[in-house]
Amino acid sequence: MHCLWCDQEIIKDLNWNNLFQLPRNEVLCEGCKEEMHLLKGPACPKCSRETDEGELCHDCERWGEAPLERNLSLYRYNDFLKDVIAKWKYRGDYILVDVFKEDFLKRFKALKISKEAVLVPIPLSEERFAERGFNQSEALARMLPLETANPLRRVYSEKQSKKSRYDRMTTNNPFTIRTSITHPVVLIDDIYTTGRTLQHAAKLLKEAGAPSVMSYTLIRG
Amino acid sequence: MIKRLINWWDGRFERRFSAVFPPNFNNPHDENSPYALSLSGKLLLEHQLPDDRHTLLENKYLIKIPAITKKHFDYACNRCGNRVQRFFASWPCGCGGACVYCRKCVQMGRVSCCSYLYIWSGQLVGFPRVERACAWEGELSWYQSVASERIVEAVDGQSHLLVWAVCGAGKTEMLFAGLERAFAEGKRVCLATPRADVVRELRPRFESAFPNVSIVARYGGSEEVDEGAQFLLATTHQLLYYARAFDVMIIDEVDAFPYHADPMLPYSTARALKPEATLIYLTATPRLDLRIRSHLNLLPTVFVPQRFHGHPLPVPVFHASFDLKKRNVPKALKTWLIEKKKADRRVLLFAPTIEKAEKLKGEIPGSISAHSEDPDRENKIRRFRQEEVDLLITTTILERGVTFPSIDVAVLDASHDVFDEAALVQIAGRAGRSPEDPDGDVVFFHDGASDAMVNARDSIRKMNKLAEKGGE
Repeated sequence: MHCLWCDQEIIKDLNWNNLFQLPRNEVLCEGCKEEMHLLKGPACPKCSRETDEGELCHDCERWGEAPLERNLSLYRYNDFLKDVIAKWKYRGDYILVDVFKEDFLKRFKALKISKEAVLVPIPLSEERFAERGFNQSEALARMLPLETANPLRRVYSEKQSKKSRYDRMTTNNPFTIRTSITHPVVLIDDIYTTGRTLQHAAKLLKEAGAPSVMSYTLIRG
Repeated sequence: MIKRLINWWDGRFERRFSAVFPPNFNNPHDENSPYALSLSGKLLLEHQLPDDRHTLLENKYLIKIPAITKKHFDYACNRCGNRVQRFFASWPCGCGGACVYCRKCVQMGRVSCCSYLYIWSGQLVGFPRVERACAWEGELSWYQSVASERIVEAVDGQSHLLVWAVCGAGKTEMLFAGLERAFAEGKRVCLATPRADVVRELRPRFESAFPNVSIVARYGGSEEVDEGAQFLLATTHQLLYYARAFDVMIIDEVDAFPYHADPMLPYSTARALKPEATLIYLTATPRLDLRIRSHLNLLPTVFVPQRFHGHPLPVPVFHASFDLKKRNVPKALKTWLIEKKKADRRVLLFAPTIEKAEKLKGEIPGSISAHSEDPDRENKIRRFRQEEVDLLITTTILERGVTFPSIDVAVLDASHDVFDEAALVQIAGRAGRSPEDPDGDVVFFHDGASDAMVNARDSIRKMNKLAEKGGE
């Protein structure tokens, strides 16, 4: 077995824990696993940003009563993840989604979200979709056990990651909505940076009748 | 028998590509097309084609071949030659059916089962015949001129050649005559090397030597686009973008990482050559595979055991220092460095790992470090060359291809695994490169000499002996 990222052969130690088990399919080697920092410590209850004592972070105070109830993220953003995401999203190495699979599913199950809820992956504009060939949020949503719905459409705009904070916060809503929603919604996206995109989407979903909107994202930028 | 086996083995990449794109493809066009210059010799993806691609395809100016083919149960990527099945992954492409893409070359843009590669099949570009292209007016040593003649012969005879020349033999200058011949015949030439640093270093030298030839340098991160230059300087990875392009291919430092370790690179080299082409390997430290071919006379070889200034190679001195693991800067190294500082000598210090290099930089005042993960590397190397700093700490990335005129060289922990024989010979070859200062110190600090160190010293001594004999 080889690491999906660095292609080093994965050699596992034999110990009493795994002696009588069938070998598990490992995706990453130990070295690469260590580079991915799960968010475990105290964090802002609304947006998962790491804070000293789990208090509300400054940004969330400023958001105040926002349509997005809360965001849960999996990893802290670092250079390693930046490289992985770049290769996955921009270079189009689709299979790298498996790197996140185990943690992403485990943390989702721990959330105990009601079976009623639907997953809404943040869509790409048509131009961007044609460029990449796949939607990264959809790839993430596909790993989760709930139903997926696509009520949102996105109008073409500049890449978020190329904008400054001020530009991001003052953009118009890039989404339009096509259907009404009656179930609680879990938005799925890859990176939560300022929360602006997700708030835009949440606002529309709330207006379309969703009883509650939260988001589940891979990385807290 | 063995020779035939080796020949068969060496031809495997060529056969693999010929299976999808026959080499004796008969091109039906004799009129000129405006795209010939920018497209010929390239391996293109859909989005790199001009807007009127459909008419070009209909008129067979472009041939399309599938990017990934499936044979029995195995996939093969026709762009990078990859056949390792774990580098193929499926993805929901929407083309219907199980779509598989190649992960090995995904950095150069994803190709999958439903995508195609395009090769120009219209008339090939005629490059200008540049007479007397070489503006270099230096003089070659006796050894150099022998090698230079052999290179010219190889260019004329479209054959293969190994130039086995010690570090500092003046390989670049030996090429000039051969290149001049190639340009005079309007041939397209590529000089490829595994290292981007080497490309950056060579570029100004070739530009001043061949002022009337269009030269393009391509490496990861370079901004230049090849719109049909006659002379391409590139890293070997860039050859993935070419097919049936070059009449003359020179591979510099053919034994350097990753060329020998990654079959993608020899594959793309074989493809980038025209069916009848010259292939010249340059190295100071050929690996076993090339040495075997040379020994069996499968690969004609010319040997240059002497440096261009005629002085022998500096022989490395071993210096035991058993506090290597305990201290960041061992005592022996410290005293050596102080000595050098007093003598006002500039020092290039090799460390086995990047962390070690960084630690050393922290402990030695007035030093800078350059390694592969350093974004500011080019600038630091330039500062060392311009004598702004006296001590540069580096890793094996600077082991070859770079020339600093008058320096001493030290290797810390020379028995470390990263320093194999070739690396150590190359490192020792950094010293004493200028005729004004032909001897430099080469010191290996070690805590128990490794085979690689002993072999490296032996081979340097052997070269010096050969040079002495030949010089008489």
